[in-house]
Amino acid sequence: MNHSTSKTLNLTLKIWRQAGPDQSGALKTYTLTNISTDMSFLEMLDVLNEQLIANGEEPVAFDHDCREGICGTCGVMINGQAHGPESATTTCQLHMRKFNDGDTILIEPWRAKAFPVVRDLVVDRSAFDRIIQSGGYVSVNTGGAPDANAIPVPGHMQKDAMAAAACIGCGACVASCKNASAMLFVSAKVTHMANLPQGQAERSKRVLSMVATMDAEQFGNCSNTAECEAACPAGIKLSNIAQMNREYMKALLFSCE
Amino acid sequence: MVTVADTELDGRCPTGDIASRWEQRKRDLKLVAPHNKRKSTIIVVGTGLAGGSAAASLAEMGYNVLSFCIQDSPRRAHSIAAQGGINAAKNYPNDGDSVWRLFYDTVKGGEWRARESNVYRLAQVSTSIIDQCAAQGVPFAREYGGSLANRSFGGAQVSRTFYCAGQTGQQLLLGAYQAMMRQVDAGRIKTFVRREMLDLVVINGVARGIVTRDLVTGKFETFAGDAVVLCTGGYGNAYYLSTNAKTCNVTANWRCYKRGAYFANPCYTQIHPTCIPVSGDHQSKLTLMSESLRNDGRVWVPKTKDDTRSPDQIPEIERDYYLERRYPSYGNLAPRDVSSRAAKERCDEGYGVGPSKKSVYLDFSEAIKRDGEDVVREKYGNLFHMYERITAENPYKVPMRIYPAIHYTMGGLWVDYHLQSSVPGLYVLGEANFSDHGANRLGASALMQGLADGYFVLPYTIGDHLATSKLPKVTTDAPEFGEALTAAKSRVQAILNVNGTQSAEHFHRALGHIMWDNVGMARNEKGLMKAIQEIRELREDFWKNVKVLGTGESFNQNLEHAGRVADFLEFSELLAYDALYRDESCGGHFREEHQTAEGECDRNDDKFCHVAAWEYQGVGNDSVLHKEQLNFEYCHLGTRSYK
Repeated sequence: MNHSTSKTLNLTLKIWRQAGPDQSGALKTYTLTNISTDMSFLEMLDVLNEQLIANGEEPVAFDHDCREGICGTCGVMINGQAHGPESATTTCQLHMRKFNDGDTILIEPWRAKAFPVVRDLVVDRSAFDRIIQSGGYVSVNTGGAPDANAIPVPGHMQKDAMAAAACIGCGACVASCKNASAMLFVSAKVTHMANLPQGQAERSKRVLSMVATMDAEQFGNCSNTAECEAACPAGIKLSNIAQMNREYMKALLFSCE
Repeated sequence: MVTVADTELDGRCPTGDIASRWEQRKRDLKLVAPHNKRKSTIIVVGTGLAGGSAAASLAEMGYNVLSFCIQDSPRRAHSIAAQGGINAAKNYPNDGDSVWRLFYDTVKGGEWRARESNVYRLAQVSTSIIDQCAAQGVPFAREYGGSLANRSFGGAQVSRTFYCAGQTGQQLLLGAYQAMMRQVDAGRIKTFVRREMLDLVVINGVARGIVTRDLVTGKFETFAGDAVVLCTGGYGNAYYLSTNAKTCNVTANWRCYKRGAYFANPCYTQIHPTCIPVSGDHQSKLTLMSESLRNDGRVWVPKTKDDTRSPDQIPEIERDYYLERRYPSYGNLAPRDVSSRAAKERCDEGYGVGPSKKSVYLDFSEAIKRDGEDVVREKYGNLFHMYERITAENPYKVPMRIYPAIHYTMGGLWVDYHLQSSVPGLYVLGEANFSDHGANRLGASALMQGLADGYFVLPYTIGDHLATSKLPKVTTDAPEFGEALTAAKSRVQAILNVNGTQSAEHFHRALGHIMWDNVGMARNEKGLMKAIQEIRELREDFWKNVKVLGTGESFNQNLEHAGRVADFLEFSELLAYDALYRDESCGGHFREEHQTAEGECDRNDDKFCHVAAWEYQGVGNDSVLHKEQLNFEYCHLGTRSYK
């Protein structure tokens, strides 16, 4: 059995600092010593912030919450990659053992017109909420639902829907796309619903409305480079975008909703 | 000496046949007509399962809802991290489950410290939750033919847990969030994100509004409404290291407590047995490994003390499967409090494994041999992946190492059967209240309670308050709003004014150590007295030496954190005080002075078969105790045995 052996690292960090949405930002350089390889990336930033406070400098603002990879709150560009070098992993679940002693790490916020910077590494992702508001639901009021087993959902359908529903809404897909496209995010919700019997009634209206909102929020079009899929911590597949495009065309041409 | 209030608390529980109590109460509740609903505004704080489901349901009914959350989106509340599942008495597997059994298991699991009426209602509405969520498109696991699948969870001998892979909380929360977003689109919910509630506004004894701070701009705001619904979660982060998200805090609850809402049973804290052990001083939080893993994983330690051999070198005969040994009928699915204490007992005796000797094995080798790695991967793949990312060990090859950690808090603001606190017009839902789990919560019951409260209880009971109370129209110009606003502002300013030398993080960690060492899995009088003293000293130190940089008029995460730590430093004293008062062992509250010869909880029903609800009397002053007697007419007081 091989228990991991922890080591320590000395690092140089280049971090985007920006006081507010209307101010200009710049990269600042910091050095850290004796960072344990057992730390998570965010714990490494915690150490930096404690060091900054001790030196009388304002700590780096970054979003985070559950620190278990499910809430979708955290996310920064690490050396140009959304959530860093490990695949299918959020920033909070990335551990320092993925880095080497002496590394320089570049840390920036998500970059997209639709995600304005709030401060330092924190961005405003409320555009995602507005996309869901425009149709990412089943219109069913509380109470009066039929028995859950009254509508069978075959195992394969449920698995497809679950795979799409696993999206955590972090925005890595947008940040990693050179067009800042939100199509992976939008398509995950469209296919989740389109693949379930419960989602059929509003199937056409949903896709048309969500795509219209996505465009209005100034997300770009799909760049077809699949960087979003590579960056996605929840394993959302590119095939969702293909299905969304089919859903969209079908709705546009044949829907009478 | 504890000061006890003269009159006993009235939980407004119905009487009569337990199976028809909720129906009967619903018949008696007054209704609000549609045109009057449109004129009412309800403030809902928090957007987890309780807050999200309540906000959506109230808006669907026609109320105007103002919804507040601390995160950047309502979808991120910590309910999202619940992994394993949600209980419901559907009896789809035909294994003998019923509303009665879910009720009985929950009361017994909570060691006879919850209200029978509440728990029975919870079990009754559990089935509607599954129907509602399935209709929303929540992708519950299915059998091949399309019907819903179930699995078993701790503390039950039936399979009644519904799940969505290892992400049940996420899918249920997104269901509630989407229902909310639909109402935002319809114009009936207004959302306020990145807002922290800093005070409750009470006018003529009735909750009428809140004070918030906009976390982006630092601006203080006031909001008026006809009722306030608090869904702000638990206080596990008082221990610093817990499975809670980093922003989980007690501030909203604590400010309501200071405005007159009683705090009930704060000493009932749940330590979850299966968490990834602490790896070093840098640790910022602990990660849960779902209880569902205990369906297939076997918990063991070596039979020899300080055994340094790797687990594959320890033959079967030299392993102690201590849960199977001590609790043969429930085995590895013994409830959380029981399993946690058993792990602590083995580690304290020197049988622990891993570098710190503070962990036990959770071994899947038998399941992998029996069912194959693919089957195990399908059930638990995401959890195994998470374990490997954090520890750099492959659980398919090496047993997981686990240790208990603070996970859930059963205590919370006192509420009656209507979920109304001791301040009229202030309702408390989900983990933030104390109501349904007694002294210990069973696995997969938190999701059930949060959604029961929000979808199926509050929407009925809040109408009765709005219809029967005389609620004159108020605006935020009322002097009570001004007073609360000034209080909230000056507290934030006071923190900035200290300008000491230590970070808020430093104080939070120090508090965590005090709490875990003295008010953790096992408690005793001496340790609790020591904790109270140390908390007081730390609180004093905080107000002399905390250092928060930046201003109050900006996005300042350090200032937010410092405010929450300041409240934890007050609240933790009450938690320890309650633990000291409750001179018995029950569920998550284990007093070393009160244990059986086999190390199990020794309850004292004669003296403590009641809810302890505390009333604020000023910082540093002892709170006044209000008792609510608990009566067990159906699930008779008994010994909680899982042997």
